Amino acid sequence: MAKNKPEGYLSAKESRRISKENRRITNQYEKERKRKKVPESEYMTTMHDPNNAVEFDNLHTYFFTDAGTVKSVDGVTFEVPIGKTVGVVGESGCGKSVTSLSLMQLIQRPQGQIVEGEIRLNIGDNKAYNIAKTPNEKMMNLRGNYVSMIFQEPMTSLNPVFRIGEQLEEVIALHAGEGKDKEAFKQRTIELLKMVGIANSEGVYKMYPHELSGGMRQRVMIAMALACSPKIIIADEPTTALDVTIQAQILDLLRNLKNKINSSIMLITHDLGVIAEMADYVVVMYAGRVVEKGTVRDIFTNPSHPYTIGLMASKPVVGKQVDRLYSIPGKVPNPVNMPNYCYYKDRCEMCVEGCSGAYPEEISLSDTHKVSCYRFYEGKGEK
Amino acid sequence: MRNYIIKRILLSILILFCVTFIIYAVLRCLPASYVETMAMQLSAAPGAKPYDEWIAQLNASYGLDKGIIAGWLTWLQDFATGHFGDSWKFTVPVIEKFNDVIWLSFVMGAIALVLELLIAIPLGIIAATKQYSRADYAITAGALIGISLPPFFFATLLKLVFAVKLQWFDVSGLVGRNFAQLDSLGQFMDKANHLFLPIVTLVITSIGALMRYTRTNMLEVLNADYIRTARAKGLSESKVIYKHAFRNTLIPLVTIIGGSLPGLFTGALITETLFSIPGMGWTSYQAMVIGDIPFSMFYMTFIAVLTLLSNLLTDIVYAVVDPRVRIA
Repeated sequence: MAKNKPEGYLSAKESRRISKENRRITNQYEKERKRKKVPESEYMTTMHDPNNAVEFDNLHTYFFTDAGTVKSVDGVTFEVPIGKTVGVVGESGCGKSVTSLSLMQLIQRPQGQIVEGEIRLNIGDNKAYNIAKTPNEKMMNLRGNYVSMIFQEPMTSLNPVFRIGEQLEEVIALHAGEGKDKEAFKQRTIELLKMVGIANSEGVYKMYPHELSGGMRQRVMIAMALACSPKIIIADEPTTALDVTIQAQILDLLRNLKNKINSSIMLITHDLGVIAEMADYVVVMYAGRVVEKGTVRDIFTNPSHPYTIGLMASKPVVGKQVDRLYSIPGKVPNPVNMPNYCYYKDRCEMCVEGCSGAYPEEISLSDTHKVSCYRFYEGKGEK
Repeated sequence: MRNYIIKRILLSILILFCVTFIIYAVLRCLPASYVETMAMQLSAAPGAKPYDEWIAQLNASYGLDKGIIAGWLTWLQDFATGHFGDSWKFTVPVIEKFNDVIWLSFVMGAIALVLELLIAIPLGIIAATKQYSRADYAITAGALIGISLPPFFFATLLKLVFAVKLQWFDVSGLVGRNFAQLDSLGQFMDKANHLFLPIVTLVITSIGALMRYTRTNMLEVLNADYIRTARAKGLSESKVIYKHAFRNTLIPLVTIIGGSLPGLFTGALITETLFSIPGMGWTSYQAMVIGDIPFSMFYMTFIAVLTLLSNLLTDIVYAVVDPRVRIA
């Protein structure tokens, strides 16, 4: 039927069928979500390892679009230990941000839904929330309080019509405001602004976002994220929009403050330099899946998945003369029609015989280092 | 800010000069000449002077023997010194006639505007927050119907259904047949009854555009990064929408509302004419048809002044709702 039609072409009939089907599926999820008085047993759970702040367990987040179902996150499993920084790397569109937004339950609903898996958020006392099932009113209490987020666009992430002080006080009043008066909020806000290295904190308190530079705004965002000493801070490319000198300052600031309040950071970036500097653990994602994870040492000294190797090769190295930086050939497969073999196979330069088989299972190279690649399967043809 | 306002006012005065000249020139060129009609009638009387003599005499007495520029300058001089002249058609001073009819139009327009805002803005917000839901489709379709209905058609339809078939209201006019016999409360109710259909027409036909506008703006704001930040803070959905999003939606809405303020005073020409409501719109229509230059000039200058004022007001209110445009 689809002869001579470009890839991704949908006939009107097909498109109607898809949107009808989508509506049916999303309505079902929304109905479940909109129930009143969800019993606690449905979303309260325990951590598999109490030393973790967050555990992503086989997370699937799909978007039901008119062009078909986009499997943005398709079976992601990794942990963020308490007090550690986990870097999530991968190229644009590989599901890094969707993973983090799933943790905040900020995915664009009803199109976007967590369809499978658990995200366990440790709140101490051997208790944990399963974010995938947590109802909205409980979620409101977690956001900004236990989990907070620093976004990649400081220029547009602050509301242009409210003063900086007002926007910061809002978080404090919401989560830590019981029995405190306005004066206490103001003091705490100015204290926070000082903490993130804003010199003229009293002045900035009264300013509007447009009166601040990008770096200043990102500091304000960090202050906002840290206001309630969250267990985990998601930093979604916090330095991408900033120039290099400010980048280093912001990263330093983030690291110091994290140690001060002993929280964990989930650092999303595509800058391997930032990862090397900041992270304790690294998760490499490709097309909605984790292809390799391990400690920073594992990943940087022994990159194993061909994609990780490609990423390493495509970053400039000081003191090495090259005419042209390496770039990984090909492009990410169409997210609507994922192949049933290894997603990276079509771009891979190290294919082995096993590669045409099903998507490779994760195998351990060491206690901490795990990779999904046929190259490490025994007997499946080491080159 | 003060310098800015002074600059704007001076600029407005300059614009006003040009506007009045254009209006005057156009009015003088109208095919409907009051003087010619009058000369025709006078010369038709038995034993009267011939038409040519009448028209020369009338032209001189009405000040139409001068050219357009000279005529405009005379008008300007009178206007500037506060002599607005007498209406030719109504044979009373322009100001007096104005004062007679404007309040009716104002009351009608104000009620319609308030209703419009109260209905359109909340509906727009609901449609935006529940995008692609049944409520959204219903509201959007309703808005489209409202936009597409021309007032003359919709008014006629209303008259047919509610006045002719159901006989709940009179077909036209401001007061009923036995108005004089009613007590003051009865008189008020009678007027309210007669204004009902015209106001419904005004509201329904203008609601669609404002609602669509609110919806579009709200959608744009709801997709902004700072709304995600607000949600990430843990704010409740209603706080996110009615505090963080609404303040930002207000910015473009102010322009639209500011632009519709002169409409309060200028009357609704079509609706008033259709319902024979003796308001500003109907009166100006009568004056225009007969070529009543003093009244039309005053009316249109009045509109021009109001438009310029409301533009200035909009810019000032803009600065109030949006800190980014505040001028030091």
